[in-house]
Amino acid sequence: MMKLEAIIQPSRFESVKDALREVGIEGMTVTEVRGHGRQKGHTEVYRGREYTVDLLPKVKLEMVLPDGLVNRAVDAILKSAKTGKIGDGKIFLSRVEEAIRIRNDERGENAL
Amino acid sequence: MAAAQSSADNAWMLVSAALVLMMTGPGLALFYGGLVRRKNTLAIMMQSFALMALVTVLWALVGYSLCFGGNGPVIGGFEHAFLRGVGAEPNPDYAGTIPQSTFMIYQLMFAIITPALITGATAERMKFSGTVLFLILWFFIVYAPLAHMVWGKGGMLNAALGGKFPTLDFAGGTVVHISSGVSALVCALYLGKRTGYPRQPMPPHSLVLSFIGACLLWVGWFGFNAGSALASSPLATSAFVATHFGAAGAALSWSAAEWIRNGRASALGAISGAVAGLVAITPAAGFVGAMSALAIGLFAGAFCYWMVTKVKALFGYDDALDAFGVHGAGGTIGALLTGVFAQQAINPIYGSGKAVGGLDGHWGQVGNQLVGVLLAWTIALVGTFVLLKIIDLAIGLRVSEEQEIEGLDITQHGEEAYNLES
Repeated sequence: MMKLEAIIQPSRFESVKDALREVGIEGMTVTEVRGHGRQKGHTEVYRGREYTVDLLPKVKLEMVLPDGLVNRAVDAILKSAKTGKIGDGKIFLSRVEEAIRIRNDERGENAL
Repeated sequence: MAAAQSSADNAWMLVSAALVLMMTGPGLALFYGGLVRRKNTLAIMMQSFALMALVTVLWALVGYSLCFGGNGPVIGGFEHAFLRGVGAEPNPDYAGTIPQSTFMIYQLMFAIITPALITGATAERMKFSGTVLFLILWFFIVYAPLAHMVWGKGGMLNAALGGKFPTLDFAGGTVVHISSGVSALVCALYLGKRTGYPRQPMPPHSLVLSFIGACLLWVGWFGFNAGSALASSPLATSAFVATHFGAAGAALSWSAAEWIRNGRASALGAISGAVAGLVAITPAAGFVGAMSALAIGLFAGAFCYWMVTKVKALFGYDDALDAFGVHGAGGTIGALLTGVFAQQAINPIYGSGKAVGGLDGHWGQVGNQLVGVLLAWTIALVGTFVLLKIIDLAIGLRVSEEQEIEGLDITQHGEEAYNLES
């Protein structure tokens, strides 16, 4: 099992969700987050006072996948989240030791 | 006397009174509420709302009488204390066709919004107790004398009722906007900057609230200015038109100034400009024609933009929501321009055929306006400083730094504007 975390542009979220559903991914957790990597922020002006906003809104998707699905999921996200501009985000993969379904104690990939 | 009453006048004046109350709540409360940071939203709204109740009680006890009872040059008397003699009969000195009760309740709404305007300068750092005590005393020391001098019978600045220095102030350029705006500047200087200002960003938490508030202010201002004709008369129409044109002109000129400087016109700029135009047209509304109103608005929008963006930064005072930059500056420029643009064809206040303002050839009126402006500035500066000093010594004005960082909603009122998890 692998945990996939993807931080993407909010504007790409709907296409990413659709692309993931097409490759058969049924569950995910989504959070609205703020952050930045190499992308610079923007400037806002309120009555002549300038503020540099460097934490930009992003969407973070988290899902734990059976090993067989990981590559397809990564491909789907790469294809659907890419705009080619700086600020498109990142994907992180990490190994997961165990998954447990709270309702009935199922363990491992059965719990996903 | 009852036969002289006009039900049309009374209807219009009651509606106008309601419109002016709407300017404070929700108008100003939303406008200011959106401009502060989220943690101070309820606190600033509560200050406006508290005044709706507090000033009403003061008004009933002695406030109305001090403003409109008696005929002294500086302050009224106690003849209408506890609203004695204020009923269905008109008071022919002020408004001969409506019950004095209508006039009384209409004028009350002005006394409510004026101190509320000051809270824009003290926002995000003044204790609720100190704010309330200060604004109550301010009503007696600054508002009541000025209102009597400009509008009260025998007042030394009253243009219609024999003042020594007849200052034209149709709806409150001196009484409302200079008094509150200049007091706001004194408050900002006395209180000092908000913790972290200007290093730390303090952007408005919801311009949507501010936007709704500004639009309510614009609509309410028709009651404020056109209602100041005190009758459902052609003069009310003229003031209504002037008000609208002034607001539009200033919204455009503030936006244009922003567009030229920043390459974009912001929503906050447009609504701030409209308010600045409404402020500037207030003293002039019942004295100037539509084209003059447009000119006053265009000038005021650009002038207040410059005050708020340049002058404030130059001197470094923290007028948090620009109460001075908009009301003090806009009120001053409006009061002076009233002397330039007032015309007897619109309002023959000195008698038919007699020149009123500069456009009529009576440039001395600009001098009269200057006297009124200087007097209003002086009373506001001195009165506010003395009151702040006394209250600071007695109970303190500013919250502690920890309270300021936590926010006034929780520390002053024990609640939060947005309980997003409930």
